[in-house]
Amino acid sequence: MRVLERFGAGTIAFLEYLGGIVSLIGESIRSLVHAQIRYAETFTQSYELGLGSLLIVLLTSLFTGMVISLESAQQAVQFGIGSLVGGAVTYTSVRELGPMLTAVVVAGRVGSAIAAEIGSMVVTEQIDALRSMGLSPVRFLVVPRLLALAIMLPLLTIFADIISIVGGMWIAQAYAHINPETFISSARQAVGFEDVVKGLVKALVFACIIAFVGCYQGLSTRGGAAGVGRATTSAVVISIILIFGTNFIMSYLLFGTH
Amino acid sequence: MDASSIYARLDDVTLSFGEHVILKNCSLDIVRGAITCIVGLSGAGKSTILRLLDGLIEPSSGHVYVDGHDLCHTPERKLVELRQKTSLAFQFAALLDSLTIGENVGLPLREHTALPDEKIRHIVDDALESVGLRHVYDSLPNELSGGMLKRAGFARAIVTRPELVLYDEPTTGLDPIVTNLITDTILRLRQKLDGTAVVISHDLHSIFRMADYVAMLFEGAIIAYGPREEIRTSTNPFVQQFLTGSEVGPIPV
Ligand SMILES: Nc1ncnc2c1ncn2[C@@H]1O[C@H](COP(=O)(O)OP(=O)(O)O)[C@@H](O)[C@H]1O
Ligand SMILES: [Mg+2]
Repeated sequence: MRVLERFGAGTIAFLEYLGGIVSLIGESIRSLVHAQIRYAETFTQSYELGLGSLLIVLLTSLFTGMVISLESAQQAVQFGIGSLVGGAVTYTSVRELGPMLTAVVVAGRVGSAIAAEIGSMVVTEQIDALRSMGLSPVRFLVVPRLLALAIMLPLLTIFADIISIVGGMWIAQAYAHINPETFISSARQAVGFEDVVKGLVKALVFACIIAFVGCYQGLSTRGGAAGVGRATTSAVVISIILIFGTNFIMSYLLFGTH
Repeated sequence: MDASSIYARLDDVTLSFGEHVILKNCSLDIVRGAITCIVGLSGAGKSTILRLLDGLIEPSSGHVYVDGHDLCHTPERKLVELRQKTSLAFQFAALLDSLTIGENVGLPLREHTALPDEKIRHIVDDALESVGLRHVYDSLPNELSGGMLKRAGFARAIVTRPELVLYDEPTTGLDPIVTNLITDTILRLRQKLDGTAVVISHDLHSIFRMADYVAMLFEGAIIAYGPREEIRTSTNPFVQQFLTGSEVGPIPV
């Protein structure tokens, strides 16, 4: 009985959450369709979150490219197929790790900041003040952040792809004496332009996840400063889980049918 | 009292959050062109009444009317329009902390009108002047004291010249001099706007200076209501206890 009750309450909470997110998405789309966009705010947000995340995105992808190269070069040279290392590094970077790692880093850095900022606006009644003035918090706060992420996350992903390939190339040469020309020609064979585009489509979807989850957790903050802390944590946890889940589904849909 | 003299009305409003009943069959008339003060213990539901009148929340049952419009079961788009007639001055001002004071006060004008920037600047300066604030246009909210913030909040509330201004505890936590200043400001603004005001206050001195009507909220309902003098001389034991601040009486301490 107890278990059933718990299960029921859990289901209701989940459906409520889903309904909340869906209505947030709906209102954002309506705002976008009516071109009710605050351009200055969107620009500021893009600039801040792009520049703020750039260094950490570059560092994480540099080391990731390096470690993939290290692992695969070791094996490849043993089996006499060192010329395939470039393909391996580029393939994993462009299709999987570039978009994913960038999204996870940005979820931790930007998604949490969005939830914290909007959450503290809720507990200090700033959101109520907006509504009281007849201004929509979605148009005012959510849409600029959504657009900023949708622009910047694919851009950051491109940087991540490049730096991870460069890092991989460097390690391949330094560690397994695979020269850059071999590395690049192998990369070209393994990965086409459409793989890059598909990777960026992933980044765009991840951007929406981070923006909507961060804003939703912020807007549904209850209970003072402690509530803001909870909103921030759950924004990061929920978006990272969703990013991993959707990444699998998208890999299956985009790449799995080859 | 005929209908046209009532600007806003709570009609048999019940409101609960989960199991917790905040207002129970609560009715209250807000007289047009007058200042109505609402008094009551902390947590009695006074702020909740202002939020109902501003259309920020809906009652569980009953109706809320403002200027003849029923705010309940009204789509958000229509509410946005109706809210332009009403302003809520929040207890802690609730200015957006990413904007300067001037930008905060000018925000409703920039968003809802097509006025040119210089004109808005002029109106904002005027509004800040009328609450006794000068040289704060470019300050950020966290650079101002509590009393200054509250007055900046008033400036934002009145900048659109609303018909109804709702003040949530405008004088709570302020020193007697600023309290007086704010009481004067509310009186002056009501005259300037020629509108209606509802003020929540604990400060008896300022209540009896500015109120035309006083309503007392207790356990989710209005238990006393009337013109200022009637309340001052009321024999209602609740009112008596509240006015004298006595620990002995029907209100449990
Ligand atoms: N959004 C809410 N959810 C749950 N309880 C609330 C909410 N808003 C107010 N309350 C409760 O309603 C009661 C009245 O609150 P309020 O109207 O702010 O009182 P006050 O008279 O001090 O202004 C309080 O007990 C408060 O805890
Ligand atoms: Mg209150």
